[in-house]
Amino acid sequence: MAEPSKQEKTAVVDDGIDVGVSRLTEEKIQSVINSVIDNETGVRLKTYVETCIHCGLCSEACHYYLSHDKDPHYSPVGKVKQTIWEMIRKKGRVSPEFIRQAAIIAHTQCNLCKRCAQYCPFGIDIAYMMSIVRRIIHRLGVTPLYIQDTAHSHSVTMNQMWVKGDEWPDTLQWQEEEAQAEIPDLRIPLEKEGADIMYSVIAPEPKFQAQLLYQAAVIMHVAGVDWTMPASVGWDNSDMAMYTGDNEIMGRIKRAHFETAERLKVKKIVMGECGHAFRSVYDMGNRWLGWSMPPFTIVHAIEFYYDLIKAGRIQIARKFKPPVTLHDPCNVVRGAGLGEKARYVAHALCETVIEMYPNREHNYCCCAGGGVINTGPPFKMARVEGNRVKAEQLFETKTKGAEVLIAPCHNCHSGLEDIVHHYEIGLEIKFFSDIIYEVMEKPA
Amino acid sequence: MADPQSWDWETREKKIPLDAWKTEYRWVEEPYASPDGEKVAAVVNVDEGEFTVCVNGEAWGETVFDKIWHLRFSPDGRLTALVNEMGEWTMAIDGEAWENKFGYIWEPHYSADGSGIAAAVQQDMQYAMVLNGEPWETMFANMTYFALSPDGRHTAGAVQVVDVDSGEIHKFQEGTFTAALDGNAWDTRFVNVWNLAISPDGVHLAAEVRLNLYDYTIAVDGVPWDARYQTVWAPVFHPLTGGVVAPVREKGAWTLAQDGKPLWKRTFVQLWQQMFSPDGQRIAAIVAPKYGRWTVAVDGEPWPATFGKLVTDAVFSPDGRKVAALAKDGETFRVVVDGQPWSDAWDMAWKPVFGPDGKDVVAKVEKDHRYTYSLNNRVWRGTADAAWDPVFSPDGTRLLLRTVESGQYVRRVVPVSEMAG
Ligand code: SF4
Ligand code: SF4
Ligand code: SF4
Repeated sequence: MAEPSKQEKTAVVDDGIDVGVSRLTEEKIQSVINSVIDNETGVRLKTYVETCIHCGLCSEACHYYLSHDKDPHYSPVGKVKQTIWEMIRKKGRVSPEFIRQAAIIAHTQCNLCKRCAQYCPFGIDIAYMMSIVRRIIHRLGVTPLYIQDTAHSHSVTMNQMWVKGDEWPDTLQWQEEEAQAEIPDLRIPLEKEGADIMYSVIAPEPKFQAQLLYQAAVIMHVAGVDWTMPASVGWDNSDMAMYTGDNEIMGRIKRAHFETAERLKVKKIVMGECGHAFRSVYDMGNRWLGWSMPPFTIVHAIEFYYDLIKAGRIQIARKFKPPVTLHDPCNVVRGAGLGEKARYVAHALCETVIEMYPNREHNYCCCAGGGVINTGPPFKMARVEGNRVKAEQLFETKTKGAEVLIAPCHNCHSGLEDIVHHYEIGLEIKFFSDIIYEVMEKPA
Repeated sequence: MADPQSWDWETREKKIPLDAWKTEYRWVEEPYASPDGEKVAAVVNVDEGEFTVCVNGEAWGETVFDKIWHLRFSPDGRLTALVNEMGEWTMAIDGEAWENKFGYIWEPHYSADGSGIAAAVQQDMQYAMVLNGEPWETMFANMTYFALSPDGRHTAGAVQVVDVDSGEIHKFQEGTFTAALDGNAWDTRFVNVWNLAISPDGVHLAAEVRLNLYDYTIAVDGVPWDARYQTVWAPVFHPLTGGVVAPVREKGAWTLAQDGKPLWKRTFVQLWQQMFSPDGQRIAAIVAPKYGRWTVAVDGEPWPATFGKLVTDAVFSPDGRKVAALAKDGETFRVVVDGQPWSDAWDMAWKPVFGPDGKDVVAKVEKDHRYTYSLNNRVWRGTADAAWDPVFSPDGTRLLLRTVESGQYVRRVVPVSEMAG
């Protein structure tokens, strides 16, 4: 391998990785790597490996590479070289130390954002290869601690944040009561069989951001939507097991989500403003379970708001004044093509929308996605420093007058907070629902 | 179960006006109809933070509660709801709250005959099951999956027995969960315990377990099967022999196993929701014979017809000879009986209901928010704003239809011969 990159010199302490590595033997590593590659991958991986001509055209796509002064270790193909190719080339005969580095690269130096795949002449999907590395890391028990803990939470509670069975309906009822102070006959209808829509969210909402549930309830009420939320497991659409390579748990939590919609006899699932959950429900989780398409129409919040505004079901009382800019979350814009709808919503709600560049499917990732933010404090600075280009992009937009940054994705939201804070950019970050709630016409 | 023999199968039509309720209360929530169709009830808001249930136009008992939710009729016709009074929660049945109160109560379960009514409860951040008002003596730090025995006399939960702080991943991986029957926890610890089943005699408990991050199996009374799988789904007990059957995944494919041994020869891309016929002779399950195609398999043989989006709500006829299910293609549902899809497609359909001799099948269906019934692939002429599942008379000649039409609740008895006309 080439000379070590600058970052490798700072030792990171992560009990998930360290304890995991200390338990490894070379035999175990070899057998796990070969078992994953032989039994769980096929032509796709083989084709990628055989097709890549090491041209490096993908490098400029990656925010890590750009943010690290074009250090080749951070280029997409550089990450592949340091991980899966080496594993394949050596037929699994790599050391525990190699596995430690592979865990750090796959989990904290790639957001699986797929920006690079757009720049590769052959469409090689580096994110897919990093996912296989994560699968190997999972099978070896070397997943970083924080995201492993989140996967454990999913396994126990079917939600991301150890929210217990009683805490969920209790929180909804509390938010319903709060909202009734504003709109006396507002309801958050629990377990209403036969409603048109099941609204699902991610666990940080009941845990830390209950006002988002409140706002959603107000939007549903004003728009006259026939909706429900489940009071049992299946309400959380998030999925960090997808990002730890624990496919079995990924499938289990997605099954709970879809079967809850089946049980409630709804026609559609509307999801809150979250990117990775959409990827899990619409792409990864459903396919692992055998569904080529999800069994229910899945509507991301951006599309839902678009439909409501377009149909006049919510009216804007007065547009939002401070100039805004819009971050395109990878999973719903590059991944699901919602870029134009996001712009329609932004323009409908706000007086001034200032584009950041690049944007739409070419937007830079927030660097939180792909489970990277979920690796927690040990890797926070790596994540923030790994996205200097985002800071530059935001700073430029701020110079053009933007005061508010709309980030319609939970992980983007938190990741961008860290970037805005660290680089002292001074942008206020909001969800679409924050702004809708603020500017919509509500019953007097 | 209230005896359908004693229900009124003669009166063709009874009506209860619902619209008037709206003028009496600040708001009226969605109505529920009793199994015999004689009662219709809804949670109603009396004033700020004051709730009752309106049953056939009358308020429910004396008590006004601070909050009421999850209103449901139990199979024996009692009206139940989860209620809050002075900050404490419990279940109320026909307007009477259980004496025991809790910090919270949720996920009610009803046995088929209605004799057992159970729920999960939390008190002082400890968890247990409550059955007919009596909570377990032992409480647990967490409880995640719940079960009620078929006879309604036993309850079970997946419970946490070793404290672990979030972030203690290696301690968690040593096993902190187990299952408890009537509050008695197994001695064995597992990483995870999910989807419990209690045997028909109420003595045995089976569950899905994860032994470490990678190996899954079924545990019965705390003893895991010898076989290890890539993953498993919910076990069920054979209604007569007590054998345990579960879907298991090996080498990326699903099949059915009984007591740790392969039961079906074929494998599937997916397999779940297995069920025994009432006599225990046959097993049906929802399967994906190939990626993206869904159907029902009976005794391991999938129906030739497959469907693209979803197959759900499978059910055996009482004699075990037929299986009906719902299949979704695109955005619409059809009833399918023994692999034959009915001609009409609906925006939504509900679990098919067999007549006592298994010849007739009827299902509640909906299109454009209008509800009706389809019997043997012939659509009933009426439509409604809301409807409940149809019920056959014990002799199979009549159907009880419960609907809401133009602001009135309607209880109808319709001869099966007329339904098809
Ligand atoms: S972070 Fe995004 S652009 Fe960089 S290698 Fe990973 S998928 Fe490619
Ligand atoms: S992945 Fe594509 S763009 Fe990147 S080095 Fe290989 S061939 Fe070139
Ligand atoms: S967190 Fe947001 S920008 Fe970032 S990867 Fe998700 S969708 Fe992409």
